[in-house]
Amino acid sequence: MTGAVAVGGLPEMVAAQKAPSFPKGTKLSILEWVSFVPASDVEFKRLAAEFGKVAGVDVTVDLINMNDLNPRIASAIETKSGPDIIMMISNWPHLYADGLADVDDVAEEIASRDGAYYEHNKKVSVVGNRWKAVPLCSVPSTWAYREDWFKEVGATKFPETWDEWRKVGIALKKKNQPMGQAFGHSLGDPNNWAYSVTWGFGGAETDQSGKVIINSKETLEAVKFTVAAWKDCLDEGGLAWDDSSNNRAYLAGTISATINGASIYFVAKRQFPDIAKVTGHAHMPKGPGGRFYNIGGQGRAVMKYSKNQQVAKEFLRWFMDRPQYDKWMAANDGYTVGPTPYWEKHSLWEKDPKLIPFREASKFGRWPGYPGPPSRKASEALVKYILVDMYAQAIKGMKPEDAVKWAESELKKAYA
Amino acid sequence: MADQSIEPILAKSAASGAPAIAAPVVVAVAKSRRPRRLGHLLEQEHILAGALLAPTLVILTLFIAYPFVLGIWLAVSDKVVGRPGNFVGLQNFWVNLHDTIFLRAFQNTFVYTFIATILKLALGMGAALLLNHHFRFKRIVRAGMLLPWIVPTVLSTLAWQWMFDATFSVFNWVLINVGLISQRILWLGDGTMAMGCLILVNVWRGMPFFAITLLAGLQTVNPDLHEAAEIDGANAWQRFWRVTLPLIKPIMLVVVLFSMIATFGDFQLIYVLTRGGPYSSTHVFGTYAYEIAMRAAKLGQGASISLFLFPFLLMVIVFQLWYIRRSD
Repeated sequence: MTGAVAVGGLPEMVAAQKAPSFPKGTKLSILEWVSFVPASDVEFKRLAAEFGKVAGVDVTVDLINMNDLNPRIASAIETKSGPDIIMMISNWPHLYADGLADVDDVAEEIASRDGAYYEHNKKVSVVGNRWKAVPLCSVPSTWAYREDWFKEVGATKFPETWDEWRKVGIALKKKNQPMGQAFGHSLGDPNNWAYSVTWGFGGAETDQSGKVIINSKETLEAVKFTVAAWKDCLDEGGLAWDDSSNNRAYLAGTISATINGASIYFVAKRQFPDIAKVTGHAHMPKGPGGRFYNIGGQGRAVMKYSKNQQVAKEFLRWFMDRPQYDKWMAANDGYTVGPTPYWEKHSLWEKDPKLIPFREASKFGRWPGYPGPPSRKASEALVKYILVDMYAQAIKGMKPEDAVKWAESELKKAYA
Repeated sequence: MADQSIEPILAKSAASGAPAIAAPVVVAVAKSRRPRRLGHLLEQEHILAGALLAPTLVILTLFIAYPFVLGIWLAVSDKVVGRPGNFVGLQNFWVNLHDTIFLRAFQNTFVYTFIATILKLALGMGAALLLNHHFRFKRIVRAGMLLPWIVPTVLSTLAWQWMFDATFSVFNWVLINVGLISQRILWLGDGTMAMGCLILVNVWRGMPFFAITLLAGLQTVNPDLHEAAEIDGANAWQRFWRVTLPLIKPIMLVVVLFSMIATFGDFQLIYVLTRGGPYSSTHVFGTYAYEIAMRAAKLGQGASISLFLFPFLLMVIVFQLWYIRRSD
């Protein structure tokens, strides 16, 4: 599809390659994370420079470590100075809503052209009734697994349900090929398990109104399942793992499967081709409550203090238009998924069928706090690692009932 | 005073009807008097003292007093990023005292600080006593000893992270290969063990500061005193306990107090190694305050967590100042 689509919605100024409509000397400053896919950053910078040329705007791009974004955003909003556009990860638009400009026109224009956004992309970007960020993409984590080892224990494909998953896991661990899952304090992987498994078993932090309902039979089942899986399916180093530990363990051949973004596969293709050949990707198994992914999604926000809001919005409109987005998505090679189902048709998905589960993951994506709103309170629960620690404490020996009660008491304080 | 000397000249010029000539004269006289006036002002002690202190006061106000007062204001407000805060009294502190993660962080901060400081003092003293002897390559050893303290914390902590890695720990590899253990040890996978690892890294990093400072203290001890004690029949331990220790006690106390202040407020090392995990068992005030203030955007609540440090640091500082004054 690359380069094949160029239809409506493109700002006239850019489509017609007209002289810039912004006063000479107009500047645009953008702050984003350093992507885990270096080619993504290269393409983003190239596109930003291209916009600068076409629109006659001096564009600067600042890329920093994901963990450094929060303090930068806080100081920018408090001092009312800094970048015009800042990347928002997961529910940050709710966290920083008061410092963000409304971008309803741009977000809705994209939806009217490409179709409705995935639910999680929309939920994290809309605060009240206003769009506070333009959805950019999602970075889903699916199961990366060793097809060869799974076959050796009789699994010709990745298990469809958590019960089947456990049976295969037991067989693998007996062969000293456990699956791997982090339960330390790290934003990505531990939460992916904690939220997806809780939802999968029918549990949730809160109901739709935000009332804490974690202490349920369903959550208890999820905790008991995790404790059992820890003993007979998983690598018991996971309590000390962060987001990168499972990547290393998988590539070193010490674990047979793990939840991760496509980065494990990309590194394997470059450095461990033998492992890449026998690596498959699969969806999160279904539980009694269904199949879920914890995907916050990413977006871009125009800062309220910015004096260049108009040019910032033009940039977002231009970048999200098909010709540009198409190239950026191609550079990401399947690591990112578009914010609307339109991008499921991108040619990159045909190039490598192993990446197909990533393409489909957003359909099952949910946000922190689901089914309640992805609010500030949900963020507090997230940064306190309440769900992760509920599982971790049960793994370390706390009675599952007590672990769930502890989580309930902490969540009630966070959601008070 | 200069004005008084200008006035008669002006009066004379006006009287003589020659203002065109008088004006430059007046300016010249005024200019020549100005340095003398400034010099005279600076000769007054209270003005000179004020002038010399002013830059320091400005810096202290801008970079110490203002952030501190702002921190106190934040701690008693419900400030979140992007919204003006309202005064909520001690509510944030009340919330903290009912937060199990905070209470754990509270306990951890003290355990971490006291154990690490005691170990740094004991090992630093040992190293200083060894380095105080003459041996080959003494200077190289002394310089090399400072390396852990010089290397940026984040960098050295990343190296430690590898050494404690659950899968690739070099410690586990060695222990398994020499047959001391058969199963890997999960260094950072258990709350108590992880806290032990954090203390170990802190000691590794901070011990050189103790060693070098105490070494400087040891070098001021007059060898004659040791000789006299030896003649009187004192053994090595008695010479250390009765002669060396009392003499270097002031410097030892200062280094302990400085180290305690730094360790109380530690952040980087813990954030890089565990981020407060597993199961929030290694949070200290600094790491927990950061999560709440920066990642949950609750600046008021985060400030109140940080401010819990204040009374303890204040006690340490008051004691330090009192002791230094007493020594003087």
